[in-house]
Amino acid sequence: MARMVTTRHKVISTAAAWLVGFLIFFPILWMVLASFKTELEAFAIPPSFLFFHWTTENYVTVQERSDYFHHALNSIIIAGGSTLIAMLIAIPAAWSMAFSPTKRTKDVLLWMLSTKMMPPVGVLVPIYLIFRSVGLLDTRTGLIFILCLGNLPIVVWMLFTYFKEIPKDILEAARMDGATIGRELIYVLTPMAVPGLASTLLLNLILAWNEAFWTLNLSTLEAAPLTVFIASYSSPEGLFWAKLSAASTLAIAPILVLGWFSQRQLVRGLTFGAVK
Amino acid sequence: MGQITLQGVQKSFGPVHIIKGADLEIADGSFVVFVGPSGCGKTTLLRLIAGLEDVTGGAILIDGRNVVDVPPAKRGLSMVFQSYALYPHMSVRGNIAFGLKMAGIAKDEINRKVEAAAATLNLTPYLERKPRELSGGQRQRVAIGRAIVREPKAFLFDEPLSNLDAALRVQMRLEVTRLQKQLGTTAIYVTHDQVEAMTMADKIVVLNGGKIEQYGSPLELYEKPANLFVAGFIGSPKMNFVTGDLAKQQGATTIGVRPEHLKVERDGQGGWHGTVSVAEHLGSDTFLYVDAGPQGMLTARYIGELDLHPGDKVSLIPDPARIHRFDDSGKSIRA
Repeated sequence: MARMVTTRHKVISTAAAWLVGFLIFFPILWMVLASFKTELEAFAIPPSFLFFHWTTENYVTVQERSDYFHHALNSIIIAGGSTLIAMLIAIPAAWSMAFSPTKRTKDVLLWMLSTKMMPPVGVLVPIYLIFRSVGLLDTRTGLIFILCLGNLPIVVWMLFTYFKEIPKDILEAARMDGATIGRELIYVLTPMAVPGLASTLLLNLILAWNEAFWTLNLSTLEAAPLTVFIASYSSPEGLFWAKLSAASTLAIAPILVLGWFSQRQLVRGLTFGAVK
Repeated sequence: MGQITLQGVQKSFGPVHIIKGADLEIADGSFVVFVGPSGCGKTTLLRLIAGLEDVTGGAILIDGRNVVDVPPAKRGLSMVFQSYALYPHMSVRGNIAFGLKMAGIAKDEINRKVEAAAATLNLTPYLERKPRELSGGQRQRVAIGRAIVREPKAFLFDEPLSNLDAALRVQMRLEVTRLQKQLGTTAIYVTHDQVEAMTMADKIVVLNGGKIEQYGSPLELYEKPANLFVAGFIGSPKMNFVTGDLAKQQGATTIGVRPEHLKVERDGQGGWHGTVSVAEHLGSDTFLYVDAGPQGMLTARYIGELDLHPGDKVSLIPDPARIHRFDDSGKSIRA
């Protein structure tokens, strides 16, 4: 009897999980489908789900009209660059806060996080003016800089919680074993922290890749990443659903693939410390 | 060589004085146990010797050289942690070899030493395994292996057996003692378990509230406790304390008698009369908890089986030669 209940329970929860998963995935699926339709079919009512005239002409048009690879390269450089710099700053910061905390450590961490509570639009005008006067508008450097600053608190927090989980005893054992701070970092701490570093890196890559507020406001063409590329399809000439879908599909494809292959790391990174 | 001397060692964390001036002389090759209730500062004292904490005052001498400013690795000591603190990403071989590798010793020699240490500790079949693939006792052995392979001047043990189950703890206790005697290396061992202290130590340091209460061999502590604290802490079951007129007749504020030094007599004459409230029959021993009226609750230990039950009247006769006397301040009075 108990066994039957368990089986039924399993079937129901599996079905529910699939349903929720499908609901979340549906917009992406719909977007991909729409990108293979003609403009007319893209907003036909009733919509056709699979039986339409499949075409790749949207992709051709999109690449012709606005250079996808130019924007993709910008996205890679900006997301990658800002994440790497943020990691370089955050590792020593989180390290020192985790292993030699002072009375103020908690406050510093909260203060860092509090900067994320302010709506970015509140500082848009000053940042825009500063960028204009120092010539950072529409440059990759400028975007790397601003995204790095924006994500830094999250990177520090994630790494801090990771490092805190590493038992202090092990580092002390390494010290007793004669490891200098440098060797302790290379031989003991880093190998133990690799999963944490990897998931922090991934999550921030995704955050930077998807960041649309600063990238849309501070770049036009030269440094514009994929977010700007997508936005350009909801333009004065009207909304082109099929082409917009094709552009969006192209924009999310790289990060989707990356996320797909690293989902285990990501889930672990996001739930770390909360679930043991 | 591994002679360790503490001279007025003090440690404070902010306004809190953890160690209030410790003087100690640890002879080369001896096995010294720091014992005391939790929070007495025994682990802090060990960490001060290890160099994992800096002293606030005083000197620590290893073989005559003051090491307070020497980093932990250069003190020539090795430590076994309560949590084992094995490197989780390294094999057993890697764990044991790490210290030697850091010291820049040649590969062949490292391998030779690691294998010798592993053989001593019966770890040879597990050398290529990761710590998570080992049982608690095996992990403990790896931690000890990591300590012995460096041939240190002294071993520092921080409650190394407290995470093991009771049976394994007794076995490891024997192994650690045997190993230490075999190597002849000085060892300092921290525990809160007085049985471990009594069985393993050449000399015991009893700590309480950041102060050394007494330093001596296990039997010295048992037979001649310096004060009430040591008298109550060493020995199981605990020593009986009696105050009031009975103590005054002996010229003391408090007198103490160990349970094993109370002769139990059924309805006997003389001694202290009372009623058995609980009787524990272990076969080898009988423990009696006796309500002795003005003397309070007394514990008596009888070697062998004694057919007594709650409610039975008994008299307890203390062995006059084994009565410990303490003055107002709790210090022992010696005739």
